[in-house]
Amino acid sequence: MPPAILTKKVVRTFQKRKQDKVNALNGVDIEVNPGEIFGFLGPNGAGKTTLIKILCTLLYPSSGEAYVDGLDVVKDTQKVRRVISMVSGGESSGYGILTVAENIWMFSQFHGIPGRIVKERTARYMKAFDFEKDLHTKLSKLSTGMRQKMNLIRGFVTDPKIFFLDEPTLGLDPHVARNVRDNIQSWVADHKEKTVFLTTHYMAEAEELCDRIAIMDKGEIVVCDTPANLRKQVGGDSIYRLALSPQPAQMDFLAGILGVKSPWIFKAKNGDGDWEIRFGLEADEILLAVLQAAKDSGLKVESFGKIDPGLEDLFLKIVGRKLEKEE
Amino acid sequence: MTEGFVRSLRAIRARAYIRIVGANREISWLVTEIALPILSVAAYILLYRSLGLPPIYEGLVIVGGAMIPLWMVVLWSMAMQLFWEKGVGNLDIYLSSPTDPIMLLIGMAIGGMFMAGLRSAMILLLGILIFDVDLFVSDWFLFFTVLSLTMTALFSMGMAAASAYFVTGRMGIKINIALMEPIYMMSGLYFPMKNMGAVMGIVASLIPLSLGLDGIRQLCLPGGESLKFISVHAEIGILFVMSVVFGIASYYLLRRMERKGRIDGTLSERWM
Repeated sequence: MPPAILTKKVVRTFQKRKQDKVNALNGVDIEVNPGEIFGFLGPNGAGKTTLIKILCTLLYPSSGEAYVDGLDVVKDTQKVRRVISMVSGGESSGYGILTVAENIWMFSQFHGIPGRIVKERTARYMKAFDFEKDLHTKLSKLSTGMRQKMNLIRGFVTDPKIFFLDEPTLGLDPHVARNVRDNIQSWVADHKEKTVFLTTHYMAEAEELCDRIAIMDKGEIVVCDTPANLRKQVGGDSIYRLALSPQPAQMDFLAGILGVKSPWIFKAKNGDGDWEIRFGLEADEILLAVLQAAKDSGLKVESFGKIDPGLEDLFLKIVGRKLEKEE
Repeated sequence: MTEGFVRSLRAIRARAYIRIVGANREISWLVTEIALPILSVAAYILLYRSLGLPPIYEGLVIVGGAMIPLWMVVLWSMAMQLFWEKGVGNLDIYLSSPTDPIMLLIGMAIGGMFMAGLRSAMILLLGILIFDVDLFVSDWFLFFTVLSLTMTALFSMGMAAASAYFVTGRMGIKINIALMEPIYMMSGLYFPMKNMGAVMGIVASLIPLSLGLDGIRQLCLPGGESLKFISVHAEIGILFVMSVVFGIASYYLLRRMERKGRIDGTLSERWM
């Protein structure tokens, strides 16, 4: 059985103006197994959507190769389109003058699904998404969350072998996002052979849903593994955070303290306008020495605490900045 | 029947459905697409009456007014449609589906013909009732041949323009606005095409609307032959050629647009 998705050194460059080139992807290699939920995690502009568009045959790679279900996305375009479906978050697709049921039926016809099957699947997924009462509501009357539910149902109804989800919970309230995640999980649980390729910049979402996660930054994959193994890379160490003011001129004050894991020193502006650093400690007692060192350096400790290491910390460790927007 | 053929038919029906069913749900079209053209028609009829022109001129104005929705749908709902579809994200969905994208355009055209045809019929009916104008079809076969070929040629042109306009992006809106009135004039919507003279008439004939309108007037106005620019049979031949040429052009332009879009990124990247 071929990999569900395989890319080899995929590069994609956009030419904005004659002299203005943007490298969206810089040699991306991934292999996604059939039956996996594979997550692509990265900040805005990392290249996640560009890769999805290449895999969904909407863009050519500038160089490299990409295969979906063993089919070349450049040479076997129509065959690839038979096995995929794509839903993007925050999209306003569909026709406001049609009802939810009509929109789902309309798009499903481009996949050639017979009407009675569409009707049966639509009813099933409308129920799963707790959305039944809006079946005959015009799309123009729906909220963003409801529209996104409809978009996901549109994708599920075509029963794709490989389902591409680009930021599926973008802009949704927590309750709707929860519902969306539950349905993605149960769809894969019910269809063991199906593959989901999901992009997100929500770390919790990636950790919760995905069997494996690739973290991407500036068009490159910086790490790819299971959530458990990625957590191990952050280490079993205790992670501490210190919010300091004013902004420390440099972070050297921690360097001489034994037991502080120097690779874990970061600076990042937290939500209160203070400067936050994160670091690992070999033992909790060493925190006293850290606080003393900060004081000796003329820094005021606004707050401190122990935190569970997550993918955010891994991203910080590798890339040196936060994944989600700081301001 | 092959799977692909059935899928194509389903796609055509689905895309046409939006215009056949959906477009008539918002009753605002009665004002914008019926009442406003009727006002223009009324202005010309009152003008011609005040000049003491024969009643055939009132008939030609009403037939011309009834053709306005066809041209409006071709300009705004065919030529601009792929650009609109890209803007809301529908184009990504269509182009990542296994159906040949030309089916999308054919579905749009069939739905558009129904939508515009309904509006045209209402203008015609209202015009006849309000202004008490006589229409008499002298040859129904020729009449339906000219009408169907005019619509086919017009909407094939719209299909070809959809891909061309997609490349121009927002500029298409300006092109449409710039083209609207000159084409109303050149097509002879409110006066006989032959009045423009041979040279202007030949230029105007590049738009299927002009020849179609001239043929329909010859066939449904009492004494309509007196208005003719060229014979109905010649018009049928030219409209047939136009339908074929625009149809083939739309297929190749769409292929080219898709390929170029996938290379440049203009197919789905909204910032480009």
